[in-house]
Amino acid sequence: MAAALQIKKPVVRRRINWTPYLFLLAPLALYFVWIIAPTFYTIYLSLTNWNGVDPVPGFVGLQNFERLFTKDRTFSEALLNNVRWLVVFITIPTTLGLGLAMIFNNEMRGGRWYKISFYSPLVMSLPVIGLIWGWVYHPRAGLLNGFLQAIGVSSPPGWLGDRELAIWAVIIAAVWRQVGYVMVLYLAGLKNIDPSFVDAARVDGANRWQLFRHVVLPLLAPVTTIIVVISIIDSLRAFDLVSIMTRGAQNTQVLANFMYIEAFNNYRMGYGAAIAVVLFAISLVFIGFYLSRVIRDELEY
Amino acid sequence: MTTVAKTTTPPGTRTAAPAAGTGQMWGRAGLYVFLTVLTIIWLLPVIAAFITSFRTMDEISINGFWSVPQQFTLSNFNEAWNQARVSRYLGNSFIITIPALIGMLFLSSLSAYALARYKFKLNLPIYFMFVAGTMLPFQILLLPVFRLTNALNLYNTHLALIIIHTAFQMGFCTFVLRNFMRTVPGEIFDAARVDGASEFRMFWQIMIPLSLPAMAALATLEFTWVFNDYLWAIILLQDDTLKPVTAGLATLRGQFNTNWPVITAGALIATLPTLIVFIFLQRYFIQGLTLGSGK
Repeated sequence: MAAALQIKKPVVRRRINWTPYLFLLAPLALYFVWIIAPTFYTIYLSLTNWNGVDPVPGFVGLQNFERLFTKDRTFSEALLNNVRWLVVFITIPTTLGLGLAMIFNNEMRGGRWYKISFYSPLVMSLPVIGLIWGWVYHPRAGLLNGFLQAIGVSSPPGWLGDRELAIWAVIIAAVWRQVGYVMVLYLAGLKNIDPSFVDAARVDGANRWQLFRHVVLPLLAPVTTIIVVISIIDSLRAFDLVSIMTRGAQNTQVLANFMYIEAFNNYRMGYGAAIAVVLFAISLVFIGFYLSRVIRDELEY
Repeated sequence: MTTVAKTTTPPGTRTAAPAAGTGQMWGRAGLYVFLTVLTIIWLLPVIAAFITSFRTMDEISINGFWSVPQQFTLSNFNEAWNQARVSRYLGNSFIITIPALIGMLFLSSLSAYALARYKFKLNLPIYFMFVAGTMLPFQILLLPVFRLTNALNLYNTHLALIIIHTAFQMGFCTFVLRNFMRTVPGEIFDAARVDGASEFRMFWQIMIPLSLPAMAALATLEFTWVFNDYLWAIILLQDDTLKPVTAGLATLRGQFNTNWPVITAGALIATLPTLIVFIFLQRYFIQGLTLGSGK
């Protein structure tokens, strides 16, 4: 036994140790075929006019991108809506979520039930949320307009049928779900704060606002960064709610749904791929930012 | 009784305590009233859907949503469950979600183990690749995956969805499990190595049991993610009979166009599985949500 062990060890040390690669073989193979290779293949498809039927896609260079950026109105509409979504997502849920987390961070009787109410939308699928809110926004019989009529608004807006309001109505439904998520992340962040910091500030005579502004908020900065990155990525992924609530009509188009419509409804797969590449390129900025933080953490370790 | 009260509370504090207490009490009460009102407003869309699902559309159309319900009916649930095939859709959701969950946890525990336990040249690059992959927009994958499933004769099968969910979620699972496994002290494995345990045995009999808490949290979170997927289902499936409940609801919406009580009933039934998981595994669910962002 001991002899076998002594022989075994130097052999393993001298050569490349293949053991980790054996463990990685199956996961990496799957990941390359279904995730990595497709990413590059879409970039290739974006340079073609593939219609989904031709065996070999026809190469057209940068034509798709040229059309997107110079001629396509829907593209600029979608881009603008994604920006709106993004701006709302990094401000409103973040503030509301932080406020709620500050309240629930204190022990209180029944606090658990209030918390559950706020994060329960998280377990609902986006199609369910889309349907539920679609009913809230129903122009005649819905909850919202029923209420508005009851308090004397004679012609309440059509919400999802209104070109000016529709995108905001969809974003509100998305925010409703996101707040609980942000709250959970901030609650976890607050739990990790060393109470001695807070006590020290209190001894120095800091009031509640000063405590929050100058002690708690700076200590939460890493959590805030992650929440902002997650919010941005989520707002670029926005698809389900638009697809269910408006299908992109009434000025609510977003890049993800626009890509789906072009590729899978209009069979302009090359063009759809180009939209996907634009979406990917925007995401890449934030993926890169997040990754640089992960890399920094690893190298410090 | 009265004597006991008198002896246990000195007269001095007796007058002071309620005075301080009432101020605090009013503050507390105010907070509770505020939170209760806020919670009710917050849940109003769900409450509205719930109430609607027990009413008839005729009655709502005539009297409006805010009228007092004339009668309650269960027929909407019956219609959603049977005619709109929500029962079938729910079954499909499970057929897709459970194998995907097992697949992603098994495969990512293998990769996480390799990345957490061994020093090798490509360790960090592979890890960063998995981390970056978790944030890809799905749109960059749709067309090639669609084409690939067609080429492999997997289009319009549950297996196609199981594979893509397994592959995509592996990135996040590897990320979480790798960071968890790095907290397991190496000495445990040194002892096992001395005893002659093979690498795979150490993985299977030491690391996996130790990782179960992290895996439970991950599984709970991933269950809701995969169960609630809509995009891949509409890309990779064509037959209505194969659709999971998310895509099925979109069909139901078209079918019962203006019959909102049936639509809301269907939506509520569709939420039950994830709601049940959430209620019973809440701790794991919350842990799961914070796992990925913790580091």
